[in-house]
Amino acid sequence: MARFRKEEGKKTPKINTASLPDIIFMLLFFFMVTTTMRETTLFVRTSLPQATEIQPLERRSLVSFIYIGPPIQSQVYGTEPRIQLSDSFASVADIPSYISAEREAISEAERPLMTISLKVDRDTRMGIVTDVKQELRNVNALRVNYSTLRGDVTGN
Amino acid sequence: MARMTPEINAGSMADIAFLLLIFFLVTTTMDVDTGITRMLPPPIDPAAPEPPPVRERNVFVVLVDRNDRLLVEGQPGRIEDLRRQTKEFLENPANDPTMPEKVTRDIEHLGEVEVSRGVISLQNDRGTSYEMYIAVQNELTAAINELRDELSRERFGRRFRDLTDEDLVNAIRQAVPMAISEAEPKDIEGGR
Repeated sequence: MARFRKEEGKKTPKINTASLPDIIFMLLFFFMVTTTMRETTLFVRTSLPQATEIQPLERRSLVSFIYIGPPIQSQVYGTEPRIQLSDSFASVADIPSYISAEREAISEAERPLMTISLKVDRDTRMGIVTDVKQELRNVNALRVNYSTLRGDVTGN
Repeated sequence: MARMTPEINAGSMADIAFLLLIFFLVTTTMDVDTGITRMLPPPIDPAAPEPPPVRERNVFVVLVDRNDRLLVEGQPGRIEDLRRQTKEFLENPANDPTMPEKVTRDIEHLGEVEVSRGVISLQNDRGTSYEMYIAVQNELTAAINELRDELSRERFGRRFRDLTDEDLVNAIRQAVPMAISEAEPKDIEGGR
């Protein structure tokens, strides 16, 4: 009898896991609040340049993105920088229809506040960027944001 | 107390929550988008009359060539000096006749201030790297932001970006305008 009692005493007490779901839910809500949904799958590599005089982009619903950079699948698409609009490769000629579609999605009062965020790879040459900018001017989408990371320009 | 409701097994609740958590971790991004905001000039109306030419002393010409070299006002320049040069140009502290004119304007909340008529003209080649272009844009913006900060500190005792009153922000904006103009792209095909 004494031997049995001794073994019972050695048993590790069961950890109460009733609050585990609550902890996980808390984490879940934290991530839901602080992050934003990924809207597109990137086909081009955009390692952004660095700058110091930057402003955060507010009101994501008013922002449309244009990605420019070398394709990630370089064996298939080559290394020449390409333009990506929403979920596919595009050319400069596709920009007007993309902009007007994006503009339609915004309420009329807020259309002047529409911003085009240019996410351009740092090693891209300006030629393609200039073409895109000219096309944006032609369709009167004049607010642009050159997307950059925070950092010293000399660190580029 | 005749019948007790049977206890629901909540053991898998954590697993469900984990699943949701992992789903959100995968589908969302954390990064806040930041960048340099610019207004592009409106498209040129071919019927519109030619704008009056800007005086040469009022223009600060910055050229970036295909090899990412800088030419500032006709002199080879360095990116490290660009900010100082731009500030000097816009401030024109000694009222140098080769530097931009100033006009005295009456701005609400600020009173009479001297506003520089200087315009920065940025021109790049098609072969310029985007990285260099952003570096130049950044330095030019930094120069203007520093001037705005100085004026704001002098008048309102706070940095420009710390101003909360929209009227004061607009006053400073009028006193130190963001006068960066990008030249019409020229088809020089591969530079000179």
